[in-house]
Amino acid sequence: MISNLINRKIFTLLKVQYSNMLEYRVEIALWAISGIIPFFMLNIWTNNNLNESINISETLLSRYFLCAFFVRQFSVVWVVFSFEEDSLMGKVSPYLIQPLNPFFRYFAQHLAEQITRFPFALIIAFFFFIFNPESIWIPNLGILLLSIVSTFLSFLIQFLIQSIVACLCFWTEKASSIERLLFIPTLFLSGLLAPVVSFPTYVKSWIYLTPFPYLIDFPANLLSGNETNIIGGLIMQILWIFILFPLFKKIWSEGTKKYTAMGS
Amino acid sequence: MSLRKYLKVYKKFLHTSLASELEYKTNILVDLITAILSLVGSIFLLSIFFQNSGYIGGWKFEQALIIQAIYTILNGITNTWFNPNLTEIVKHIREGTLDFVLLKPIDSQFFISLKKINPSGFLEIMLGFLLLFFCIRINQINLNLSFLTLSLITISCSICILYSLWFFISTTTIWFVKTWNAIEVLRSFLYIGRFPLSSFSFSLRIFFSVFIPIAFITTIPSEVFLGLSVFWKILLEIIVATIFLINSRKFWLFALKFYSSASS
Repeated sequence: MISNLINRKIFTLLKVQYSNMLEYRVEIALWAISGIIPFFMLNIWTNNNLNESINISETLLSRYFLCAFFVRQFSVVWVVFSFEEDSLMGKVSPYLIQPLNPFFRYFAQHLAEQITRFPFALIIAFFFFIFNPESIWIPNLGILLLSIVSTFLSFLIQFLIQSIVACLCFWTEKASSIERLLFIPTLFLSGLLAPVVSFPTYVKSWIYLTPFPYLIDFPANLLSGNETNIIGGLIMQILWIFILFPLFKKIWSEGTKKYTAMGS
Repeated sequence: MSLRKYLKVYKKFLHTSLASELEYKTNILVDLITAILSLVGSIFLLSIFFQNSGYIGGWKFEQALIIQAIYTILNGITNTWFNPNLTEIVKHIREGTLDFVLLKPIDSQFFISLKKINPSGFLEIMLGFLLLFFCIRINQINLNLSFLTLSLITISCSICILYSLWFFISTTTIWFVKTWNAIEVLRSFLYIGRFPLSSFSFSLRIFFSVFIPIAFITTIPSEVFLGLSVFWKILLEIIVATIFLINSRKFWLFALKFYSSASS
């Protein structure tokens, strides 16, 4: 009964947000284009034959960067920016009255955006294959399903981290600058710009304990057929979700107690 | 006479926006850490590229650092002036407040491009200069007058090109209303400016010097620093910068003809 109700709520939210997102197709197409940095990085790697030094063939490396692009496309999170705007504008108050955590609303927004984004990402991949026909491959169904799961887990980790940062809005008004700070290690350590295998050993020794390599490097390696520890990676992803989720619940309940609506 | 008036107005702009930004002091600290981390991150990325090869596109590591320094300075300038002001255009047009700007007895482009200032970008500019001085020492560049004037000219040309690019995209808001993501696309393309142009493949090199002149923005000034630049390249950069500036002005005046305020 209860789960049925939750399902219906989520379904309705998704439907509303999807039609909302379809209004902004051009926006989302542009956003998809802005994610093509991995391809520029690939160009530096292959054009200077840097891939030979890390023992990855050119085809595998180009598949890696294509997958990194895909994983990034479906794990982009911007909840902190939406929440900051809503809380500055005082829009959070009506959400708080509703019998549904407002973060469900943002969650549905992100999922709807990913569905809208999917065709654009496919078009970009199509162009990538035109320029790099030798890197075309078809992953087997099991790997494909696993990498979809791990991309979703990566999205969940990032969503939780950003939601925790977003809750800081209850204390300071500009939480987005903290998010921009956290984005820097995500950018450089997640494997978006260079695969984690290429990192020097003094970084590799500790990086696998942080959540970063599981955000992009692990799902991308999985999907592109590069060597990776599948079970270990999935366990670490789930572990991080189990660490972050209670933290989010705690900070949320503390924050809502602290919350004073604008103008009160 | 009118120049003095504009100077006076600009002083007032500085005063008001500094006062409002300094309200968020911790924010500035967070931004400083962000700027430092982002520089460390990109040097880290560069060191990965150089870890097994001495040259990338004919540039040594110490030489490529100069590009990083110039990029950091230009990025600081973007964050101090271009980003806060030009994202404001989007707001003006969406909320219809551009009317008030147009009614003021000063030039609208001047008002819109210089109204706001974000002091945390200064720290990034300083960081860039520190790295630049360090590079001058390790590359044993001797400073003389002709070198200083040439580098000053090329860097100011880069600033002009950068400004025009930002301004072009922000101006298109008059037709498309929401262009946040177009700005994101520009940002991700500008990211290429962190690396020497010659490290990319031929087709990308053409793309980044003809369609989006990122090549001119960082590579040519860095070549001047190393004493590698040819006279025609500097001349070309001056011509490109002039064309961009003039066209940004023309484009703004052209776009204003299509502006219909929010309720009309």
